[in-house]
Amino acid sequence: MADLKARTTEEVVGPLDPDEAVQEANRCLYCYDAPCIQGCPTHIDIPVFIRGIATGHLKGAARTILDANILGATCARVCPTEALCEGACVVGKHQRPVSIGRLQRHATDWLAQRGEQLFTPGSPTGRRVAIVGAGPAGLGCAFELRRAGHAVVMFESRPEAGGLDTYGIVSYRLPVAVSRWEVEQVRAMGAEIRTGVTVGRDVAFADLVRDYDAVFLAVGLRPGPKLGIPGEDLAGVYDALDLIERHKRDQYEGVELGDRVAVIGAGNTAVDAATLAVRMGAAEVMILYRRSEAEMTAYRYEYEFAKEEGVHYHFLTAPTRILGEGRVTGIECVRQTLGEPDERGRRTSAPVPGSEHVFQVTSVIRAIGQAHPGQLWESWGLEHRGGRLVVDPATMRTSHPRVFAGGDASGLTRDVTVVDAVEQGKRAAHAMAAALGEGEVA
Amino acid sequence: MADISINFAGITSPNPFWLASGPLSNTGYQVHRAFEAGWGGAVWKTVGEPIINTTSRLGGMDYGSRRLVGLNNIELISDRPIEDNLREIREVKRAWPDRAVIVSLMVDSDPDIWHDIVRRVVDTGADGIEMNFGCPHGMSERGMGSAVGQVPEYTERITSWAVEASEIPVIVKLTPNVTDVRFPGRAAVRGGAHGLSLINTINSLMGLDVDTLLPIPHVGNQGAHGGYCGPAVKPIALHMISSLAREADIRVPISGIGGVETWRDAVEFIALGSTSVQVCTAAMHYGFRMVRDLTAGLSDYLDEHGIPSVMDLVGRAVPAVTDWGNLDLNYRVVARIDAEKCIGCNLCHIACEDGAHQCIDRIPGQSVPKVDEDECVGCNLCALVCPVDGCITMTEVPTGKPPQSWNERQKLMAGA
Repeated sequence: MADLKARTTEEVVGPLDPDEAVQEANRCLYCYDAPCIQGCPTHIDIPVFIRGIATGHLKGAARTILDANILGATCARVCPTEALCEGACVVGKHQRPVSIGRLQRHATDWLAQRGEQLFTPGSPTGRRVAIVGAGPAGLGCAFELRRAGHAVVMFESRPEAGGLDTYGIVSYRLPVAVSRWEVEQVRAMGAEIRTGVTVGRDVAFADLVRDYDAVFLAVGLRPGPKLGIPGEDLAGVYDALDLIERHKRDQYEGVELGDRVAVIGAGNTAVDAATLAVRMGAAEVMILYRRSEAEMTAYRYEYEFAKEEGVHYHFLTAPTRILGEGRVTGIECVRQTLGEPDERGRRTSAPVPGSEHVFQVTSVIRAIGQAHPGQLWESWGLEHRGGRLVVDPATMRTSHPRVFAGGDASGLTRDVTVVDAVEQGKRAAHAMAAALGEGEVA
Repeated sequence: MADISINFAGITSPNPFWLASGPLSNTGYQVHRAFEAGWGGAVWKTVGEPIINTTSRLGGMDYGSRRLVGLNNIELISDRPIEDNLREIREVKRAWPDRAVIVSLMVDSDPDIWHDIVRRVVDTGADGIEMNFGCPHGMSERGMGSAVGQVPEYTERITSWAVEASEIPVIVKLTPNVTDVRFPGRAAVRGGAHGLSLINTINSLMGLDVDTLLPIPHVGNQGAHGGYCGPAVKPIALHMISSLAREADIRVPISGIGGVETWRDAVEFIALGSTSVQVCTAAMHYGFRMVRDLTAGLSDYLDEHGIPSVMDLVGRAVPAVTDWGNLDLNYRVVARIDAEKCIGCNLCHIACEDGAHQCIDRIPGQSVPKVDEDECVGCNLCALVCPVDGCITMTEVPTGKPPQSWNERQKLMAGA
């Protein structure tokens, strides 16, 4: 079990050695109007923080990072940097770009180890904001509001704050301790976090709207749809996020993946589930995806990582039945062909008649995405389109003038990364602070 | 294959690379190892009445992730008995007859003492003597080293004491800690020196440990100024060497010293007037093995440029160095940016905007900035800060005017 723990918790990407960090920092050109800053959704002043590392001013580096992104330690680990800051790095035009993500981790890890609090709350304004959901968007919003001096009460239905950072990203990418440290940073700023409280059940949404000057909704998504195929209730069928949550909390009781695992879906969570299955000891882990490599939503590095871990991909393969009596023994699939692009530009797929085939598997992990809480918006009287909340992208304001939203729940974009969620939380906080200051909201 | 052997005032060596006098030429063991590695010569660490050194002697200056762009020391001359040094010098010279063995000397300013030590050195079979008139720390407080080198009259007189007792060439090593190195240089030649070597180390205080606020290096709770050397001093050395090489009344060979680390540095030192090139910091940093790239690089350079012998390179660039008043005021270059190579860092823009003449403009929506050639004064700053080789080129543009220097212009105006 100790071995399992090591295999499932040791970070895949290690920290930079201090000398290595200085050397890497010295590769930064200190560009004027640096493109990497624009590449970061939270606009961290990257050349400035990197100069801090180069000059042995790690506190300044960490301050620069967290000033723009209070979840900088998480983002350093999970951001798709090659599509963001590092993708914009001009050094990358002729050479390997500066390893901005790993440098960011170097600075934020230094601060976390030092245990120093770098920010102070603003003078109390007398305004109060309720934040529903203590994930990345909620934390990003709370931090900005506290800096402006507004009182913040966060309502989190789970036992711990942090959202997907705490529950939904495998530990060898993001240790729980990192997320917990970030939550503590926000708590130390004076944000009250009430865990185990579900708005809509324990607290009425209408009461929040009545009792607070503004409400920020960062409730995330809901468990995704089932596959809708026979056999889905057999023992040995798991939901990917449930499995990852058990792993994050080190609670594997009752989890029996067996030797051969099929993961349905090919997004980043599917990669997490598949690599987790490998690390939990499965001999054969396969990813079944009904479209082709080109339509996958997983980041390139996640795809490469899965392959390095020995995960086998079966593209154009859709499950039709999960086989077994009481417990999974196999999965029947049908070959697919690609059709026309759908409304998102992804090509649809259609089954090839008569191409059914069976994989002998001991468990099946469902990783086909989550759903927008359309019913919630309906019951709270917020405008939505097909379950996706309607928000003003400039202010993150919903159809209710005092209700804002961000993160996965905002419905603003289809794929919301941690850094996007923080940025949306910040954006909403600034809009709320502006409105509160002008007395417009209250 | 080009001939890289040299003749320096009668001292021959198979290549121009000599160890400079310093911690790396302190013992026969070290000089043996250096000659095994391929060094053409060695200037033995300064011999004199043995001194007592402090511990904690060297301080380094790093830049970015590079160590020792500058090195400073407060070490004095040899702390070994004169007899031991002279015995090992004799042994080394006997074992390596084709290499140049030069003995650095520093003794009290007394003719009899100089006569005696010079004769004892000549007796070892050494090829030459280098008079250390440059050491800027410690010894200068005792009236030796740079205390002599900073006063041309002393330099001339003491040089003559050594020359009159010596049957082998006498080189005078000059201190850079003077306002104009030509004065002590001329004085040494007047005193009969057969060659000059420069530069010795520069007065320096390396820095402070910002946590303790103690000098680097420090001996207990205090530090003292030391002698600065290493790659960072190269431009100062080149200036001083070339200014002596330009002197019509200085006809003796020059041994160039000061930050030589690569064959490229050596080419510059030689072309600006050095016949031999002395190396200290780089060999202390990387070991004697580094000479292989110096000799191979120099040889290949000479072959590439069709220069048959390194002696043909000596001083070749000296005529290209002149006084500011002779420079052509009608020569004009402007910056041109290669948009294909530009990576869009905009360091040229901000450097020009804040540090120069506000003539590199950003174009909205474009990552590549644009030079306003009419406004460009050709200062080179943009090309210097550009991180991409060959991206910004300073390009000559015709002015349509005949060459005219400030001196010529003054003359014309005086005539008008």
